[in-house]
Amino acid sequence: MEYSDKVMDHFMNPRNVGKMDDADGVGEVGNPKCGDIMKVYIKVKDNVIYDIKFNTFGCASAIATSSMATELIKGKTIEEALELTNKAVAEALDGLPPVKMHCSVLAEEAIKAAIDDYKSKQG
Amino acid sequence: MNKIYMDNAATTALSEKALDAVITKTKEVYGNPSSMHTIGHESAHVLVDARNMVAEVLNCSPDEVYFTSGGSEADNWALKAAAAYGKAKGKTHLITTTIEHHAILHTMKELEKQGFTVTYLPVDSEGLVTAKQVEEAITDETILVSVMFANNEIGTVEPIKEIGAVCHEKKVWFHTDAVQALGHIKVDVQEMNIDMLSASGHKFNGPKGVGLLYIKKGIRIGNLIEGGAQERGKRAGTENVPGIYGMAVALKDSVEIMDEENARLTKLCGKIMDSILTLPHTRINGSRTNRLPGNVNACFEGIEGESLLMLLDAAGICGSSGSACTSGSLDPSHVLLAIGLPHEIAHGSLRLSLGRFNTEEEVDYVIKTIPGIVERLRDMSPVWEDIMEEENK
Ligand SMILES: Cc1ncc(COP(=O)(O)O)c(C=O)c1O
Ligand SMILES: [Zn+2]
Repeated sequence: MEYSDKVMDHFMNPRNVGKMDDADGVGEVGNPKCGDIMKVYIKVKDNVIYDIKFNTFGCASAIATSSMATELIKGKTIEEALELTNKAVAEALDGLPPVKMHCSVLAEEAIKAAIDDYKSKQG
Repeated sequence: MNKIYMDNAATTALSEKALDAVITKTKEVYGNPSSMHTIGHESAHVLVDARNMVAEVLNCSPDEVYFTSGGSEADNWALKAAAAYGKAKGKTHLITTTIEHHAILHTMKELEKQGFTVTYLPVDSEGLVTAKQVEEAITDETILVSVMFANNEIGTVEPIKEIGAVCHEKKVWFHTDAVQALGHIKVDVQEMNIDMLSASGHKFNGPKGVGLLYIKKGIRIGNLIEGGAQERGKRAGTENVPGIYGMAVALKDSVEIMDEENARLTKLCGKIMDSILTLPHTRINGSRTNRLPGNVNACFEGIEGESLLMLLDAAGICGSSGSACTSGSLDPSHVLLAIGLPHEIAHGSLRLSLGRFNTEEEVDYVIKTIPGIVERLRDMSPVWEDIMEEENK
């Protein structure tokens, strides 16, 4: 099985990797049993996600989709971010092997979870 | 940079002697071994030579050796034909282990669909099954016991001689999948009480697509392919003469250097295993004593195997995570689960399988490279973060 050059680039040089101690929202999805876990941290100001970091335990497509998804979300409004789909992330990576499509769901879900967390903190 | 190939359990590069044998016989011997003329006879003689060489290694008679297209075919044949024979005698029970290759496990599943009963013996934490377990599982209904000689993922070598003795005492046929063992460790079908044995050329520096099934005289199993009289009528089809001869040459060559190679590989793999164990939260899978000399199988907590493999590949090191056939599926290896590892740890497995072309310099480079890659992945892993938090409480 081979990945596209874009997937390899985002896997080898993931963007926005790291943690945040003062995040406005944190989302974690997946579980170690199925093999992929992603944790997303967001900073929000005036309804815009102006900073984002992630940590991922998973295969190359899980790491690459985490990286690409954070790139696509950074600078977007909450509403725009909520529209992100795993298909769009996969397309931005020039596609994923069919057996790996499920790994891309993780990023979409983690971002939604982080936004949920942010909203609940806003009360 | 030259690639470092440490996936010899998946397949091997041809040895010089095997390559020469395949090329020479392809060029020079083209006749059909069944033909009644000198050109055909030449090919027939090459086959006789190959069969003799293989028989000598196995310690059997040449007419007990049946050439096949590889290990999977030999496994399918042995199991399906033994089951059919048993059924005719009113016996419908087979015994195997939970850590077999899919060529065995999927065939057993198919036989279950056809109404056979299969017992899958569990293994201990090192991947070992005992003769006593086999003895206790045998019933009046049992036709065949199939236990692999050595495991392809974790390298555990099973007590084949003892298991074979139990089978013979109970008058049950004993088959072993020796695909990972033949050419690497001592295999003797008579001394080890083996009735049927599968092997594959490409695992001991021979060509791909050629293997064999040893069937002891007196084991009356049916034909695999109907047609001409090749392989004593049991497996019809014009023989792959250069491939068969290349496999025989590769086998003879492997056995000649076996003792020396095993000492060398045991030392090299020991060095890799010891270095991996210096990293925190790592483990070596399998047995340290009953182990294939070229096998290293480790788990790194907090990281996932595919990512590890791909970063190693980018650093020029080719390994695997689980068996090659497992890589397309999503579940962690059935072997690692069978030795009791939880899913999250089984996901972080790495197999390095060394062979005759690996050098000490390569091993040193691997030892130097692994820690940085493991650290890089752990640094971005939320699972590792949890492990560290737990530890620092
Ligand atoms: C233990 C075992 N059995 C069977 C096979 C299948 O052999 P082949 O590839 O020759 O069909 C393999 C190879 O992956 C193996 O490791
Ligand atoms: Zn994945």
